[in-house]
Amino acid sequence: MIALLTRDLRLAFRAGGGFGLGLGFFLILAVLVPLGVGPEPRTLGLIAPGILWVGALLACLLSLDRIFALDFEDGSLDLLATAPIPLEGVVAVKALAHWLTTGLPLVLVAPLLGVLLNLAPGAYGWLVLSLLLGTPALSVIGAFGAALTVGLKRGGLLLSLLVLPLYIPTLVYGAEVVIRGAAGLGVTTPLLLLAGITAGSAALLPFAAALALRVNLR
Amino acid sequence: MELAVADLTCARGGVPLLEGVSFTLSAGAALVLRGPNGCGKTTLLRTLAGLQPALAGTVSCPPEAIAYAGHADGLKAVLTVAENLAFWAAIHGQSGVEAAMKAMNLTELSGRQAQHLSAGQKRRLGLARLMVTGRAFWLLDEPTVSLDTASVALFAAVVRAHLARGGAALMASHIDLGLDEARVLELAAFRAAPRLPQGFDEAFA
Repeated sequence: MIALLTRDLRLAFRAGGGFGLGLGFFLILAVLVPLGVGPEPRTLGLIAPGILWVGALLACLLSLDRIFALDFEDGSLDLLATAPIPLEGVVAVKALAHWLTTGLPLVLVAPLLGVLLNLAPGAYGWLVLSLLLGTPALSVIGAFGAALTVGLKRGGLLLSLLVLPLYIPTLVYGAEVVIRGAAGLGVTTPLLLLAGITAGSAALLPFAAALALRVNLR
Repeated sequence: MELAVADLTCARGGVPLLEGVSFTLSAGAALVLRGPNGCGKTTLLRTLAGLQPALAGTVSCPPEAIAYAGHADGLKAVLTVAENLAFWAAIHGQSGVEAAMKAMNLTELSGRQAQHLSAGQKRRLGLARLMVTGRAFWLLDEPTVSLDTASVALFAAVVRAHLARGGAALMASHIDLGLDEARVLELAAFRAAPRLPQGFDEAFA
């Protein structure tokens, strides 16, 4: 398991591994929004929580199809499926590697982009916390989608269509935490729901994804 | 320990290709599968490896004792030869990366990334992977594709050493593998009669 995690991280950081793609997308999106919406600080501050969360979500989506497609193409997935580690574990480890290379950098850079979007001062802590709790769910749900579409040629678009609706609860509660945090209201309920979605997906989806992979490998 | 296959029926895309396949492969033996293109050699190997379910029949040996090597070598282009092997060794909880590289004449290439290897060198690395799985039964699908004569001899020596250690090998191949002691199984004899079940729809197979 550790070997698989270190391999995936190493692959992500080597040339062509795609590390930084999502991060770059997130940066560009946060820079483009003020250009499109106009520099009015009040408007920007209002839409900042939603933009930051939608941006994080789309940035996550960019690298999803790499989770299994590359291993499928070069035959590694066949070999991993016959290896002594359970396929459910493979899915969980690959989702974790995806989160470490895509989700975690987004969490770390989000406060900086909050400045660009004039996010309310009280909301920065909640932004980081909500992303920290919510982005693992994006990776796990995405891994499930990637497992469903693994054998398809150019399945990336289908993957987006399958996965985006599943991201809605995470987006709603994640953005709600930041909005309520910015307004100085209590955030316990959306925060708990966000954590619940992440915990539930991390517990159940690796099994569903492994089942989908087994069917797709036939 | 032996691999006993009894009355196995395997299908590709929902259509039965082979039926009634029965053979026994005991420790120390090698068996070569022969048959025309599309007769189901790969399908049989994938079924035995546990990658797809059999329609009928039994396989005595659990997939955990089987190491499968398909058409693709499962190499990561940006990892070096040694890193690729070390990964598979770690996954299988084995060591012996150095010995595997030596046996397949890869030691000089150990620091080179897999994307810079030739087709034959990649294949040699793919075969070296089998040696770090620590599994007794090797299922090899066209193992000598793109290998030169010297490398085929190297491969034959590796398989012989594996057999001598009590392993076994099942190989699908059209060309001479340089293993004269291997038995040959003609798969054409097990070809399934063309039949489609009632209401068959390929989309739901």
